[in-house]
Amino acid sequence: MTASAHSNHEDGHHGEGHGSFKSYMIGFVLSVVLTVIPFYLVMGDILGNAIWTVAIVFALGATQMIVHIYYFLHVTSQAEEGWLAMSIGFTVLLVVIVMTGSIWVMFNLQENMMPGHEQIEQIRSLP
Amino acid sequence: MSTESALTSEDFYVRETHHDDDGEHHHETGTMLGFWIYLMSDCLIFGTLFATYAVLGRNYAAGPSPADLFELDLILISTFLLLFSSITYGFSVLRMDMGDLKGTQIWLIITGLFGAGFLYMEVLEFSHLWHLGATPMASAFLSSFYTLVGTHGLHVLSGCIWLIVLLAQLQIHGLTHENKRRVMCLSMFWHFLDLIWIGVFSFVYLAGVLV
Repeated sequence: MTASAHSNHEDGHHGEGHGSFKSYMIGFVLSVVLTVIPFYLVMGDILGNAIWTVAIVFALGATQMIVHIYYFLHVTSQAEEGWLAMSIGFTVLLVVIVMTGSIWVMFNLQENMMPGHEQIEQIRSLP
Repeated sequence: MSTESALTSEDFYVRETHHDDDGEHHHETGTMLGFWIYLMSDCLIFGTLFATYAVLGRNYAAGPSPADLFELDLILISTFLLLFSSITYGFSVLRMDMGDLKGTQIWLIITGLFGAGFLYMEVLEFSHLWHLGATPMASAFLSSFYTLVGTHGLHVLSGCIWLIVLLAQLQIHGLTHENKRRVMCLSMFWHFLDLIWIGVFSFVYLAGVLV
């Protein structure tokens, strides 16, 4: 009896939800689909275009992460009075800053520190 | 007059216990929130490792590139092992909510076996790479690769050790309040590791083979 009351409670949007069988299965099926598609695209070389394939792989990966967060980790905007969503938002912000910042800075560094062929020739031909 | 006062005191008492319950509840959520904050700090560690890999992952130093090394069919198997372990952990939590100790333990053991299978695949992969001469010393790409994937593997290993300890605690104490809290904390940890693995297989393996 308590269990059914509990799961009723869970089905709503309240805090410490442990999910239901249905929600776990939805999450699992979505995850399987979102895992199989990128592997299929890459292993079969379906699109024949690396850039598009990478873009789709990343998009599907991000979608699967959201599926996991919602269906397996049960993070909703209401869970723990919004603190879970708040902290994950903050973390994602920091990770995005670190990732884009590193890639941006290091890419520019590599571009500008590596002398091009012409530059080397120029220096060689100096008197 | 006296009955009325008794009634109000009763009323007060009831309200008091209710309040106490509420306090307990908040204490409980405090643990989960604290553990969540730990997971987020772990997420930052992985974020920096991903950034390191993004910067160094193309510097092969005339050594092997991802396309030469990675075998995607094996990675697909590891991915599914971890995904299955996630759903079996979910079943364990559902059993726990029903108050079924035996079911909780059985699903936890199955989860642990999937986790061990994942670790076995990873050890197999690493020893295979090592055999090919693709050691962390070979290039910046391989250093950052081993650091990122190895850190994830160590997390799974500690998750497995935690799971064994939790099984012992469940065996000794049963489904107590504390044990339920521990099961929920490991649940978050376990699903979180699966989440990180999504990033690893998308970013390191699939994109690595392509570009």
